[in-house]
Amino acid sequence: MRIGTARSSYRHDESLFDSRTQHAWLAVLAVALLGFPFFADEYWLYLACLVAINIASTTGLNILTGYTGLVSLGQAAFMGIGAYTVAALEQKLGTPVLLNLLAGGFVAMLGGLVVGLPSLRVKGLYLAIATIAASVVLHFVFANWHSVTGGHAGITVAPAEILGVSFDTSFRLYWLFVPITALMVLGAANLFRTRIGRAFIAIRDRDISAEVLGIPLLRYKLLSFGLSSFYAGVAGGMWAYFFRVVTPESFPLIMSIFFLAAVIVGGMGTILGAILGAVFMTMVPEALKLIVGWLPLSADATLILSPVRTIVFGALIVGFLVFEPLGLQEIWRRIRRFFHLWPFRA
Amino acid sequence: MHPGKANPILEVEGLTLSFGGIKALTDVGFEVAPGSITTVIGPNGAGKTSLFNTISGFYKPATGRIRFQGEDITATRPPERAKLGLARSFQNIALFRGMTVLDNIKLGRHAHLRTNVLDALFYFGRARHEEMKLRQEVEERIIDFLEIDHIRHMPVSVLSYGLQKRVEMARALAMRPKVLMLDEPVAGMNREETEDMARFILDVREEWGVTVLMVEHDMGMVMDLSDHVVVLNFGQVIADGTPAEVQANPEVIKAYLGSGDVSELRQRLHQPLAVGA
Ligand SMILES: Nc1ncnc2c1ncn2[C@@H]1O[C@H](COP(=O)(O)OP(=O)(O)OP(=O)(O)O)[C@@H](O)[C@H]1O
Ligand SMILES: [Mg+2]
Repeated sequence: MRIGTARSSYRHDESLFDSRTQHAWLAVLAVALLGFPFFADEYWLYLACLVAINIASTTGLNILTGYTGLVSLGQAAFMGIGAYTVAALEQKLGTPVLLNLLAGGFVAMLGGLVVGLPSLRVKGLYLAIATIAASVVLHFVFANWHSVTGGHAGITVAPAEILGVSFDTSFRLYWLFVPITALMVLGAANLFRTRIGRAFIAIRDRDISAEVLGIPLLRYKLLSFGLSSFYAGVAGGMWAYFFRVVTPESFPLIMSIFFLAAVIVGGMGTILGAILGAVFMTMVPEALKLIVGWLPLSADATLILSPVRTIVFGALIVGFLVFEPLGLQEIWRRIRRFFHLWPFRA
Repeated sequence: MHPGKANPILEVEGLTLSFGGIKALTDVGFEVAPGSITTVIGPNGAGKTSLFNTISGFYKPATGRIRFQGEDITATRPPERAKLGLARSFQNIALFRGMTVLDNIKLGRHAHLRTNVLDALFYFGRARHEEMKLRQEVEERIIDFLEIDHIRHMPVSVLSYGLQKRVEMARALAMRPKVLMLDEPVAGMNREETEDMARFILDVREEWGVTVLMVEHDMGMVMDLSDHVVVLNFGQVIADGTPAEVQANPEVIKAYLGSGDVSELRQRLHQPLAVGA
C-alpha cells in the first residue's frame, strides 16, 4: 500500500512527484529506458524512436488543444516546418544538430504564431478549418519553394553528427531522441505548475472570466499556439534526422488527425495522457500487424486482412471515446487508486 | 461615510448601454468612496449586472465614463482593469470547474506574477520562488481568512453553492483588489452562510482596507452593511444615499412595490436579515 501523503511543506506539496512510490516508479522507468536499447532489436528501437517523436509532438498539441481548448489540425504541417528547417540547415550550412533542432522549433513557432492569429475571433470547428487551410498553404510552400525545400523531390538529410559520432542507427538516435523528448515532457509538466499553465486552462474553461482575472486572451492564445508549434517543430526536426528525407508528402493532413486522436485517446489536458495517447496510436497498428503475422494464414489471407487491421484500429479509437472519454490516463489513475488502497479495500 | 467627502476611488458618470432595443443603462452615475461598502440595489432586470459588466470592461458603454483612482479607464480592456485593482465575483459563479480550489485562487494572482514562459518550462529560479511565495500567501492570508482549509485540494465542481461563492471571493481577494465587486454574494445561501459572508465582507474592509461595491437583494444585509446605497430601476439611478435616506425615499418604495402597500414594505426594509432575495 502507498502511504497516505503526509504533507510536510508547501514545497513538497507543490512538487511534481510527491510520494515515495512515485519516485520509485520514476526510477524503474528510468532504468527501463536506459536498459531497453541493449535488449531490443532494430525493429523495436525503430518503434521506440518513432514513439519518442510522436510523444514530443502530441505533448505540444496537448498544450494547445487539451489545455487551452483550441482545436488544431495543423500539427503535422508545423512538424513539416521543423523538418524542412533542419534539413535545409543541415544541407546548406551544416550547423550543429542541437542548434538545428532548436531552430526548427523556433521557425515552426513563428508559423504557429501567424496561424494562431485568427484564434481570438474563431473557435472550435472554425479554428480547426483555419488550421487546415494553413496546412494546405504550407504544403504549397514546401512543394514550390525550390531553392530551399527542393520542390517535390524534397531534401535528403545527412545523419545527425554530434562530437564526431554519427547518429545513423535507431540505437544511436534513441540516445538523442529519448532525452530530448523527456526534457520536453518535463517542460510541459512544469508549465502547468505556474501562472502560464493556469492561464491556459482558464482560457479553455471560461475565456470571458479569464479576462476579468487579468489574462489577456490574445497574448495567451498566441503563446499556446507558439509553444505547441515549437514542440511540433522540434519533433519534426527529429523526424528529419530519423527518416533522413523530407518531402512535401511527409506530413499529410492524416498525420495531424493522428496527433489529435492521440491527445483525445490519451486524455485531454493531462501530461500522462499525451504520452499514453502517442504510445497507443503508434503501437496499436504495429501490434495488430504482429497479431495478423502470428495467425496461421496464407500470404493471400494476410493481404486481405490488412484493411481489417485499419478497421480494428478505428474501432478501438471509437471504443475509447465511447467507454472512456477521459482517456487512457483515467484508466491508469483507476489502477493506481486500486493499489493505493490495496489490500485494505478493493 | 458619504460620497463626495474623500476623493472617490471609483466614479461612474453618464453611463448608457443598450442591447439592441433594450436600454439596460441610462445616464447612470454615482461615486464610490474609498474604504466604503457601497451597494447597488434594484428590482430584477434593473441593470445591476450590466452595470458591473460595464465597470469590469465586458461591455462598452455608448456614452459615459468610468474613473478608477482618478484615472479614466473607460477605454481599457478587462485585464488591465484587473491589474489596476478591480476584482469581482459573478452572479452566476464563474469558477474554473475542473481546477482545484487552490488553483482557482492562485489564478487570481495572475496579473501580479512575473514568471515568463522560459521560467515556467524550467521551473527554476523565479518560477519556483514565485509559486512558493504565492502558495504561502494564499494559504495564510486567504484560505485561513475565509475558512476554506478543508476544501483546498478539491475540484470546485463538487462544492456546495455557498462554498463556491466563498471560493470565488477568495479568488477575487487573490487579485490584490482595491475595489472588490461582488454580484449578489449571498444569493441562494442559507441564513448561516449569509451571516458568514456578511462577516467576511466586513472583515475584508477592516483588515484589508478594500473598498467593496456589491449588488445584493437581501435587504437586511444591504441595510446592515452598506455605507452608501445606489438604487437602479429600469436602468436609471432613482436614489443614492445612506441606507436610511434610501429607505425613506418614496421613489424607491414605489419601484419595489409598484402600487402595493407602502407601509408594509417600509417595515420589511427595516427588518435586518429577514427578507430573502
Ligand atoms: N447580454 C445581454 N444581451 C441582451 N440583453 C441583456 C444582456 N444582459 C442583460 N440584458 C438585459 O438588460 C436588462 C438588465 O439586465 P441585468 O442582468 O443587468 O439586470 P439585473 O439588475 O442584474 O437583474 P437581476 O437582479 O435579475 O440579476 C434586462 O432587461 C436584460 O434582459
Ligand atoms: Mg444581476
